Amino acid sequence: MKIWVYAESEGDAPTTATLELVTKARELGTVEAIYVGDNAAAVAPALGAHGVAKVFAVDAGGSLAGVMGAAAMAGLVEAEAPDLILFAQSYDGRDALARLSVKLDRTVLTNGVGLSVEGDSITVRSAIFGGNTLVDTKFEGAKPALAAIRPKSFVAEAGGEAAAEVVNVDTPDAGRAAEAKVLETHVEEREGPKLEEATIVVSGGRGIGAAENYEPLVEELAKLIGGASGASRAIVDAGWVPYSKQVGQTGKTVKPKVYVALGISGATQHMVGMKGSDNIIAINKDGEAPIFSVADLGIVGDVHKVVPKLIEALKARK
Amino acid sequence: MNVVVCVKQIPDPAVPGELNSDHTLKREGKLILDESDSYGVEMALQLVDKAGGGEVTLISMAPNGEVSGLRTALAMGAAKAILVSDDALAGADSLTTAKVLAKCVERAEGTDLVLTATESTDGYTGTIPAQMAELLGWPSLTFAKEVHLEGGTAKIQRQTEAGYDVVEASLPAVVSVTAGVVEPRYPSFKGIMAAKSKPVDQVTTADLGLSAEAIAPNQTIVNVAAAPPREAGEKIEDDGTAFEKVVEFLDGLKVI
Ligand SMILES: Cc1cc2nc3c(=O)[nH]c(=O)nc-3n(C[C@H](O)[C@H](O)[C@H](O)COP(=O)(O)OP(=O)(O)OC[C@H]3O[C@@H](n4cnc5c(N)ncnc54)[C@H](O)[C@@H]3O)c2cc1C
Ligand SMILES: Nc1ncnc2c1ncn2[C@@H]1O[C@H](COP(=O)(O)O)[C@@H](O)[C@H]1O
Repeated sequence: MKIWVYAESEGDAPTTATLELVTKARELGTVEAIYVGDNAAAVAPALGAHGVAKVFAVDAGGSLAGVMGAAAMAGLVEAEAPDLILFAQSYDGRDALARLSVKLDRTVLTNGVGLSVEGDSITVRSAIFGGNTLVDTKFEGAKPALAAIRPKSFVAEAGGEAAAEVVNVDTPDAGRAAEAKVLETHVEEREGPKLEEATIVVSGGRGIGAAENYEPLVEELAKLIGGASGASRAIVDAGWVPYSKQVGQTGKTVKPKVYVALGISGATQHMVGMKGSDNIIAINKDGEAPIFSVADLGIVGDVHKVVPKLIEALKARK
Repeated sequence: MNVVVCVKQIPDPAVPGELNSDHTLKREGKLILDESDSYGVEMALQLVDKAGGGEVTLISMAPNGEVSGLRTALAMGAAKAILVSDDALAGADSLTTAKVLAKCVERAEGTDLVLTATESTDGYTGTIPAQMAELLGWPSLTFAKEVHLEGGTAKIQRQTEAGYDVVEASLPAVVSVTAGVVEPRYPSFKGIMAAKSKPVDQVTTADLGLSAEAIAPNQTIVNVAAAPPREAGEKIEDDGTAFEKVVEFLDGLKVI
């Protein structure tokens, strides 16, 4: 089975989500990557180390990466004949997947959390109803099958050949779609570990009461225990914290060793992004809050009372 | 400025979802406007208002001729709607849905801009906007947290993993907007009354010129199972000392 991975990078390195897909793909067959951007030489070694044999490098010419990636893949599919193309459930990943599905007239499976191959039949597992129900769906029809997988569904591990061969692909003709041009890129500043990679995540929800409480309660606690700070969508939508902190279905998926939920009710869309954490601590003043159904340690109490004392106690230990 | 807004009508998300025996989502009951799409409707109304002319047309694909959600959006101020209701579409995948919606855009005629949400509340594939754009041969500006129109171009702030990009494209284009891009208005009493008589063009896939082949799914659900439940642990009432429990817990995990 030949599997393509739509590879994305952050700076000079492939994203963790990309390496997770490559690691899984390596288990199932031979792996090649499609990479859109001008960092192919920099990302190829890490891709190779995770099992990619060949990287098709596409120059987007200033247009949206996913759009150009789809056009490039459509041009290569016939000659290269991949059986399966994997995308991360990311922004560019979804653009690329969506456009390619139309070009190839193929259905797509999205929000995958698992993947299996038997002979040449490919099945994607996805989680619905807030992760309570798992659905296995098999592709029918012609290859390649197209699937988007949620980050953190697999564990990235090196173990492939040395470096991947880089094959440059000409900027494809994407028609009017190429008119979408990226004019500027803004990166939000971040202190401490990355949310998706932190060992500890402390998230705040509407229960913290006001935007100005986020720093002294959530960020302070996170900083003290070497964690990253996250949020529920309620306070992202309210403009208290930037979207990059959102955990959940439409935000980030996290699987830290410890997840601390402060004033978060535990809506299914939030839980889908943090239920996989090894340990969950919840502090909520409503004893009936759904978050307690997944908490290893649940404190029925007021965050304004419990958290400052907790912070004091932790400071005292240092 | 003529704007088409995709409006999905979904089962009330407050009611726990259920599957039919063929593994498709139960959609028999009354459907409501997907809250995610209320942002697109509001954005469209504001853009048309700013342009000083044109109208907002809603498009929706839903079973049983359902119009409740459409009426909500019409009450907000949209002028008219196209509704595709067809038994052949039961369990339709995202590509099929995109084909149907793209045909609706063509039927609406003279469209400058199509707005969608980034993902629906019940389906959340998040692929339909770019699929529609590809079918129409238009640029797509996805995951917009800000939208500005200047002359014949749309400029957006596009959400990224690390922050946002400023991305621009000429019209006509498809733009998908995130929640919070604008504050949706509540329909006024006058709006609700007016919505009752606004035109809803009810069509089938045949009316749109889509063959049975074009909308046939090519995937099969082979298994549905409950996820292994996560056991709840200890739950205690704070009596002023609960913080000590948290310290103990963290200590036990050797993370502090
Ligand atoms: C399509 C879609 C996608 C979504 N995606 C996401 C997502 O990615 N992430 C996400 O988080 N949500 C998402 N949501 C929203 C989700 O449904 C909830 O609305 C949201 O998670 C609620 O956030 P919250 O828990 O902070 O707020 P609320 O539900 O309002 O809960 C606040 C909690 O704080 C408690 N509280 C209040 N005061 C105190 C106090 N002093 N001390 C302690 N506790 C207190 C209350 O008891 C309550 O349980 C999505 C929704 C939709 C429709
Ligand atoms: N049946 C539908 N009718 C109208 N619009 C839809 C429909 N399905 C999806 N959409 C639009 O496409 C967006 C993305 O949907 P999805 O790909 O299901 O996440 C939704 O938020 C809607 O704006």
